[in-house]
Amino acid sequence: MSGGAKPVSRAAVIAVQIAVPVVLVALWYLATTRWGVSRILLPNPVAALQALIHVLATGAFLGDLRVTLFELAVAFAISATSGGIGGYFISRSTWRIRVFEPLLSAIYSVPLILFLPLYVLWFGLGPASKIALGASISFFPVVLNTVAGFGHVDRTLVTAARAMGASDVQLFRFVLLPAAFPVILAGMRLGFTVALLSIIGSEALASLAGLGHHIVELSENMEMPGMFAYIAFVVAIAAILNLVVSTLEARGRRP
Amino acid sequence: MTALSLRRVAASPALGRLIVIAALLAIWEVAARWLVDPMFLAPPSQVVWRLGATFGTRGVPGAIGITLLELVVAFALSAAIGIAAGLVLGLHAFSRKSFMPMVLLVYGMPQITILPLFILYFGIGPASKIAFGVTHGTFPIVVTVAAGVQNIRPILIACAHSMGADFWQRLRYVIFPHVVPTLFTGMRLGMTGVLLGVLLAELYVSTAGIGYFTTLFTQNFDPTKLLGLVGTLAAIAIVLNALMRRLERHFGRWRD
Repeated sequence: MSGGAKPVSRAAVIAVQIAVPVVLVALWYLATTRWGVSRILLPNPVAALQALIHVLATGAFLGDLRVTLFELAVAFAISATSGGIGGYFISRSTWRIRVFEPLLSAIYSVPLILFLPLYVLWFGLGPASKIALGASISFFPVVLNTVAGFGHVDRTLVTAARAMGASDVQLFRFVLLPAAFPVILAGMRLGFTVALLSIIGSEALASLAGLGHHIVELSENMEMPGMFAYIAFVVAIAAILNLVVSTLEARGRRP
Repeated sequence: MTALSLRRVAASPALGRLIVIAALLAIWEVAARWLVDPMFLAPPSQVVWRLGATFGTRGVPGAIGITLLELVVAFALSAAIGIAAGLVLGLHAFSRKSFMPMVLLVYGMPQITILPLFILYFGIGPASKIAFGVTHGTFPIVVTVAAGVQNIRPILIACAHSMGADFWQRLRYVIFPHVVPTLFTGMRLGMTGVLLGVLLAELYVSTAGIGYFTTLFTQNFDPTKLLGLVGTLAAIAIVLNALMRRLERHFGRWRD
């Protein structure tokens, strides 16, 4: 435990990484078949896998997936646009940064999911309340990163560009945007992840459709294999979406 | 430049912030009084004025007490588990190489999908909220503490070792002072996670916590009480976060 640079066997690491999931699934299987854990609490892993294959094969997920993706797309479009424009506007003067930045980060520290009951009161149980909440929650990482990105561009670069006679548009296009872009992209990626989470979350809490809603519906009907299948499906969808966004971010970061 | 400095004197950022807040409150007040149906929005003056009545509603003080208790227990558990696991992962190279990818993988999963399972396993009482808070709060602490410990230069630990410091002495005099700043960063992130987890579970199903009352006030179309309750919790979250940030800065100072 002395933290020295002891050589670590790669084979052993891989063995552990394979063994842990295998043991977990084996324990899960034994718990449902041998040790008599109630099927209402934990479905048989084989039954869950069959349910997953059934869900994928029949395309039963398409309706809910479409609802969730639609909400996500609209919410993220709203927060990315408003956060980007608002952040740029704030970042144009140090005074504005010092006024708005602490306010925005204070609100960002509030778990805005608290306001879900209000959003439901205002926008109903349909997609509108999820879009509104997702957009509000993801607005903050986008706007804060945009402010940070544009606000901390090296003054020398700006002065140099000005001295060489750059117009406002040229300054934005060739100095400010390239300098701030990686930070803004990071904010957008964070905003996307947060929007996805809050949309699935608000679907689970109060909704009529969507992937989050479907998991809750299955749990209320005690259809455990189906519920586990849907959980796995939603986790996979989230992983794919996050992977796509991270790849886009990495590509956009390259000059 | 002179115009800018004049403006700086005339409107310091703190004053500007107050003006922005006042303007937002004024817009809200006007909208609530004259533009929006009172079933859906209450003016801020009324929310504040009726705060006493909101907290006088039978069960509300108890609900806030239960929710705060859930938060405290969940945070204590997250910190204990997170620091212990973070130290092991940070100090022990084999565990880190083997388990860190798994930890990061699980950390990246949308935990909200398994919320119904928590209710199923832990019931609709405080236990499920605490458990969901713990799974949200532990991961950021583990990851931050592990990263913080790993960043200690090995020579410092080796040096203490060769001077005869035992494991606990190394922990107390070398590792601990070095991780304190990252520890507080981790604790702040963990607190944000705990807050999110507990509130999500509260909003999902609740018999006595604040989730019960947000549902009740929503269904009764009572925005005054709803805004009073939600606003109070938001204020608590802001204060806790500011406090953690201050602690973070305070304990990180010795480095500069």
